[in-house]
Amino acid sequence: MTVRAAHVLVHLVFVLAMPPLLVGVIARTKALLAGRRGPPLLQPYHDLAKLLRKGMVRSRTTTWVFVAGPAVGLVTTLLAALLVPLGGHRAPISFEGDFVLFAYALGLGRFFTIAAALDTGSAFEGMGAAREATFSALAEPSLFFGLLVLGRASGSASLSGMLGPAVGAAWGTAGAALASVVVSWFVVLLAENSRIPFDDPATHLELTMIHEVLVLDHSGPLLGLVHYGAAMKLFVFGALVLAVAAPLGGLDPWLAWALFAAASLGLAAAVGVVEGVMARLRLPKVPSLLVAACVLAAFGPLFLVR
Amino acid sequence: MSVWLVLTAIALTATSGLPGLLCPRETRAFERLCTALLTLGAACAAASSVGALARRGGAALSAPWPVPGGHLAVEVDALAAVFVLQIAVLTALGAWYGLGYWPQRERAANGRKLRAFYGVVTAGMLLLTVARSAVLFLVGWESMALAAFVLVSTEDERPEVREVGYLYLLSTRFATLCLFAMFALLGAASGTLDLRGWGAAMASPARDAIFALGLCGFGLKAGVMPLHVWLPGAHANAPSHVSAVMSGVLIKTGVYGLVRLTAACAAPPPWWGYALVALGVLSAVLGVGFALAQHDLKRLLAYHSVENIGIILLGLGVAVLGRSTGHPALVALGLAGALLHVWNHGLFKALLFLSAGAVLYATGTRELDRLGGLWRAMPRTGLAFLVGSVAICGLPPLNGLVSELLVYLGLFRLGSGGRGPWLAGALAAPALALAGALALACFVKVFGVVFLGSPRSSAAEGAREAGPLLLLPMALLAGGCAVVGLGAPLLAPALDAAVRAWAPEVSAPTLARVAPLGPVSAASAALLAALAFAAALLGPLIRAAPRAQGTWDCGYAAPTARMQYTASSFAELLVGLFAWALRPTEQLPSLQGPFPTRASYHSHVPDAVLDRVLRPVFELIYRVFESLRPIHRGSIHLYILYILGTLVALLFWR
Repeated sequence: MTVRAAHVLVHLVFVLAMPPLLVGVIARTKALLAGRRGPPLLQPYHDLAKLLRKGMVRSRTTTWVFVAGPAVGLVTTLLAALLVPLGGHRAPISFEGDFVLFAYALGLGRFFTIAAALDTGSAFEGMGAAREATFSALAEPSLFFGLLVLGRASGSASLSGMLGPAVGAAWGTAGAALASVVVSWFVVLLAENSRIPFDDPATHLELTMIHEVLVLDHSGPLLGLVHYGAAMKLFVFGALVLAVAAPLGGLDPWLAWALFAAASLGLAAAVGVVEGVMARLRLPKVPSLLVAACVLAAFGPLFLVR
Repeated sequence: MSVWLVLTAIALTATSGLPGLLCPRETRAFERLCTALLTLGAACAAASSVGALARRGGAALSAPWPVPGGHLAVEVDALAAVFVLQIAVLTALGAWYGLGYWPQRERAANGRKLRAFYGVVTAGMLLLTVARSAVLFLVGWESMALAAFVLVSTEDERPEVREVGYLYLLSTRFATLCLFAMFALLGAASGTLDLRGWGAAMASPARDAIFALGLCGFGLKAGVMPLHVWLPGAHANAPSHVSAVMSGVLIKTGVYGLVRLTAACAAPPPWWGYALVALGVLSAVLGVGFALAQHDLKRLLAYHSVENIGIILLGLGVAVLGRSTGHPALVALGLAGALLHVWNHGLFKALLFLSAGAVLYATGTRELDRLGGLWRAMPRTGLAFLVGSVAICGLPPLNGLVSELLVYLGLFRLGSGGRGPWLAGALAAPALALAGALALACFVKVFGVVFLGSPRSSAAEGAREAGPLLLLPMALLAGGCAVVGLGAPLLAPALDAAVRAWAPEVSAPTLARVAPLGPVSAASAALLAALAFAAALLGPLIRAAPRAQGTWDCGYAAPTARMQYTASSFAELLVGLFAWALRPTEQLPSLQGPFPTRASYHSHVPDAVLDRVLRPVFELIYRVFESLRPIHRGSIHLYILYILGTLVALLFWR
């Protein structure tokens, strides 16, 4: 019991403390590839601390929804993070069918993030809102195709079962299906977290942004919540991809935590490499890539027909 | 006892509008009397259904009836009770709302007619759900369907209302035609017109034809894509509380028919299940696709009914596949998911239509792009709409999540039934996820465009909050959404009873064993608590923030309300992606020279089936039959002569 409690505690520490580090690693990798030295790895923590200390301004047009957006986004991402198993350990919250709660809790966060953008009445934020809604809708089927494959391979209907020790064995019997899931979920990770090639987090032109333009009017602590929530979402999707790509179930539990931390940093570095070597897609091309990822994921269940 | 209660309810609701017809137009006391009678009837019906669900057994009544092939047979079993309860609750709430929304002093011309036929529709729906003989079922079905025509065309002075009214009438006549054929086949194959004797017919070779006819007839009423043609127009143009009742319960009578029909077959062929799943996917994805493209608030909600009927069909399909492959867990998950979604859709769709009605009442327009910023004037209506939107998207912590979870679990476990069911589930589950994400896009768009931002027209600027008679039913429905979401385990016994009534020969496991109703409700409650905690934490910080300036808008100095993103611009990307199905028509402005003059832009998404298939076909039929016009003289004695001639000819022929 106490061992389980200790693992839940480690899970919480990872979820709460690690996300900004991933953002730092991505920025650093990207800078190194561009021949610069880049910001320190811990810079995102300093940025968050600075934002939380600042004051903020609100537009006359806005209502409480504007404030609810970042808060609901963070809380729902936290709930999702408690449902995903990390490093092969059972997640703190786990039950049959929890994958639906996972997807729809993130949906609630998206609902309020978009509503908060529309609350400002600005056309720019409207653009960001429409793009966010469209692209995440296209990413959703890929997520479920992957979950179907994992559910079939593991014989379980909970995330902890699907992404648990059964994955390692499934690579032997259903490797092709899992490979298609890994590729398509990596694309979903990039899209859901507004990374290159879908969106450039460092762009300076509002007309072409997705996530940054969505939160254009948020400032101070609210902007801090937005950044923190976005980093946590990146962490959660990274954990999903890693649970399939680098299954750690069956190892020594404490070694698994260390390996998970290393794998997360490695994944962040991989995202940084993608950002460093690729250009942003033109907006009209984005849906094609998402549909391609979805079609690739759709092959997964076919491999499991028997 | 249950049976007598429900018969009393039918009598009370059917006659609830009569006092009004006997009163002069100007009297206003009758609208209260009429609503009181209807509420009393609904209370009887609700008591009867709760009794039937709690008692785990049906109550039946039979009596001779001198109608050819008919006897009076009425039974309230758990399946009927699920629908009776919903009819009772929603029609009563709709009637209360009607007191404020369609008061006699403002609507002297059609208020009495509306109330009289509202009662008839209610009674018809109750009758058809408890009827156990085919003739009685059709009596209920027809009184509901024909009285609903009068409700749809309440404002028949408007040409577009007349048009959708006739379209509805035509569709419902066609549905009844299919049902007549279905009942004739059933009666011939089983030798009885009693619904309980149909197990025999379901073992005969005629069963596939029976199912196809039922799917057509009941599917038309339920609004299954591609048979949904009548639904968007009728829901959009009826008075809002009538739209709520139509979308919340009337189309569910089609679902009830399908549930009752499939219940009779102990070993359904797998293709029934596949057909239901395929129609479910088509309705869910294209229903929300068409909804995204609408500019009219109520039309948009109507297309979402098509989507939700699709989700219900997915659940029913899972149950049928489970039954035909012999997997009791699938039966329990699928049917409980379908029936719970019937309840849930009734709650949140009625809530959405009622709050849309309040918006229409306050602003006089259903055009999304003329609304905006209504939260300031109508915060309570806005909150009701927000609750409905979150619920219909299946988001925690409300009720939509619970039923969608059951359907998802059923789809994920279809693999236990073999290769075919696995593939069906593997295609349907991601399609359901896509439909859910598109629904989210659609409802966040509607909520944002209607209630947030700044008003886009003077009508939206001058809006006032709805009165208590409008707000009370909305508050109760919103409460219902929360109760089902947070207290899902409480409903499990009722759903178990319905599953047993549907498939008595399958020893289906109880929901508590196959579905995580407890954990979902607990997680939802925890989420609510965490949100409340965040609100308490952020509250003081937010109140301290200065709000002296407008939205930043990237440095643009003088933004106007018309420069906001509209509903059309929000949906443009998605409509473009679904253009292969939606076929939007656009009129682009032509701008010439350095100082162009005023130009306008129109976009419109016609209904694919109605405007691109049915209209041309019917025009062709019209041209062909134009040659028969000379025999239509419009004089009644000629028509009677035709009937006489036909009878004589038939008698000679036999």
